[in-house]
Amino acid sequence: MALSGIQIYKMLPQTNCKECGFPTCLAFSMKLAAKQVELDDCPYVTEESKEQLAESSAPPIRLVTLAGPDRETAAGNEVVLFRHEKKFFNRPGVFVRVVDTEDTAAITEKVAAASAYTVDYVGIDLNLDGIAVEGASGDPAAFAAAVGAAREATGLPFMLVSDDPAVMEAGWKAVEGEKPLLMGANSSNWEAMVDLAKQAEAPLGVVGETLEELAELTQKIQEAGVEDMVLQPAPTAMGASLAMQTQIRRLALKNFRPLGYPTVAFASDSGDPAKEATLAAHAICKYAGFVVVDSFAPEFVYPILVLRENIYTDPQKPIQVLPAVYEINDPKPSDPVLVTTNFSITYFSVANEVEGSGLPAWLVVTDAEGMSVLTAWAAGKFDAEVIAKAVKEFGVGDKVEKKVIVLPGHTAVLSGELEEELPGWDVKVGPREAVDLPGYLKTVLA
Amino acid sequence: MSIEIPVDKWPGTVNTVTLGATEADGGTRAKVVTIGGEQSLPFMHFETEMPHSPVIALEMTPSRTDDWSQILLDAWGDVVEDPARWAAAIEAAGADVIVVTFGLTDPAGDPITPDYAVSTVKAVLEASGLPLVVLGPGQADVDNELIVPVADSTKGERLVLGLCEDGNYRTIVASAMANDHLVVGRTPMDVNLAKQLNILMTDMGLPLDRIVMDPTTGGLGYGIEYGYSVMERLRLAALQGDAMTQLPMLVTPGYEAWRTKEAKVGEGVPETWGDWADRGVHWETLTAVSLVEAGADVVVLRHPESLKRVREAIDELMTAAPA
Repeated sequence: MALSGIQIYKMLPQTNCKECGFPTCLAFSMKLAAKQVELDDCPYVTEESKEQLAESSAPPIRLVTLAGPDRETAAGNEVVLFRHEKKFFNRPGVFVRVVDTEDTAAITEKVAAASAYTVDYVGIDLNLDGIAVEGASGDPAAFAAAVGAAREATGLPFMLVSDDPAVMEAGWKAVEGEKPLLMGANSSNWEAMVDLAKQAEAPLGVVGETLEELAELTQKIQEAGVEDMVLQPAPTAMGASLAMQTQIRRLALKNFRPLGYPTVAFASDSGDPAKEATLAAHAICKYAGFVVVDSFAPEFVYPILVLRENIYTDPQKPIQVLPAVYEINDPKPSDPVLVTTNFSITYFSVANEVEGSGLPAWLVVTDAEGMSVLTAWAAGKFDAEVIAKAVKEFGVGDKVEKKVIVLPGHTAVLSGELEEELPGWDVKVGPREAVDLPGYLKTVLA
Repeated sequence: MSIEIPVDKWPGTVNTVTLGATEADGGTRAKVVTIGGEQSLPFMHFETEMPHSPVIALEMTPSRTDDWSQILLDAWGDVVEDPARWAAAIEAAGADVIVVTFGLTDPAGDPITPDYAVSTVKAVLEASGLPLVVLGPGQADVDNELIVPVADSTKGERLVLGLCEDGNYRTIVASAMANDHLVVGRTPMDVNLAKQLNILMTDMGLPLDRIVMDPTTGGLGYGIEYGYSVMERLRLAALQGDAMTQLPMLVTPGYEAWRTKEAKVGEGVPETWGDWADRGVHWETLTAVSLVEAGADVVVLRHPESLKRVREAIDELMTAAPA
């Protein structure tokens, strides 16, 4: 963990020379601890202190970046066990696997489809992050051909999976100049794999059955000159993998360097999309930096990508949209006014339904600090006064003649007060769920 | 190299709660279900043994099913027209607990009556030996009107009655106390509101081993992260020793998932959403598995296939790594 100001102070000259621009060494230490100044600003710090401080300021989990011709994906730099403590930073890269025993046409087709997949979720484009090519044939030429076929179909980063150095060498040479993950080194092949990783200047995956095995390997590999590593805990059963992933995260956060690397979880070996989906969810919730799946179907990847987006949302900053009046399907002055909050999921649920219905409406989005309707209402951030204020502020009364305003069904209790706040308006109570809005607009308001 | 594994030693323990009562204990249930008792975060078997596995409930409604996704109605078939047969089908599907949720109307569309609620619950008790959770439609006056006679006529069964909410818990808690039942209290995704309701309910004299809490969750894509983090925080507080958070947690991923557009609707949605039926089951399963990771003791599901998948996940999570 990062050092405190007092701990840093002990490593400084303590002469209060002021050359750093601060009145005392202690003041400078505090700024250093808050990462607001650089250590180089102190002209007299010893080399030994510099090394110690550099060591302690390195992130507890190394940031590892994989790169293909068109895209990069990174994992690591995490600093907490629970998302509410701060947030989870780097969304785990979801990689779709192909195997070199499949024919190249099948590989190309699957890779192209996975690579092109994009789905809109509350205005965010969700995508897959990479392709894992597995060398199951044991034949270097076949592996290189599969890697080449996959590369023709995508610009996404690769993960090359083989424990045979000869196969791995043929694979990375097919994509020389990129930064694939070489997956991976184990207790028997690590020396040859280290050579390849150094030649390829690529991160090295490290496979181990136990924490001890992983830690011993990463130390040897680091001493041999490879810094970027990704850990693969070999056990895949959920109970065992949860224990190991948790222990790795806890030890890394305690600055245990040999395990201070992102991890990869292979959901791909279960052979059943149903099982694979739950394994992927498990890996996303509990600490994986990369997740490999074998299945590729929209109904399978969409929920996985949404879960990842949700778990990696900053808990302090819900995704919000701008409070305003939104025009949906070109509303006229005779069309109704709907009201909701500025939590993006709420906004998009409502807006998409109205848009999909083909019926025009004015949608007033109030400032509820990014809370959903029910939460905002419970917290006193969505009441008649707030709604009336928004209606006036956005000049909604000047845009419409009919003055029909529709409350979300969950907040029916507000209708009386809103009638008082907005004299001359006809206050109606809409459905509780956005999904029922089209029916409501068609029947009740028609 | 030997590595010292960091082990958390917590002062607090989650309450142990038993749902249902057998004949020997004054009820008629063929089996009972015990939850809670955790002394560590979920599935940290290397710290303490997890005494009771999270359990899976399946939900049914003796009211109109118009707001249930067609995928669910297709999965259950015509048993949805008969609460007793539906309950038997739920037991056959492998659920641990049955949740009976009343709506505002009966299947014919008429306002629901206390007599109908009582006879339905009795029929379900007759048709299945599983413990029951019985929930009103979530409107204070109707909830009280239905739940009180149900509680009176099933004394000793240790049903879980609800919903107890901030504005409406007294009547249900009182009838649970008078008839040896349990209650579930629901609060909207907030640690302090959950604690507050638990304090109010225990102040009435209901013992803690007869309360479960529903901190509310969002479905996948619709705020699951809020529910997830509130559950993690509640469980951490419980383990740190805060008695009013040491209640086992019941959450409703089935309800939340199947009211999302992704699960509920099959037409007029983007092609990138893929196959409707598979998507719906994934939606429910992923919501449930994530909440189990966050500390759920009871997950209430709706689709029998989701039950199988979540069961497999829980069984694997309950299996410790070989030492």
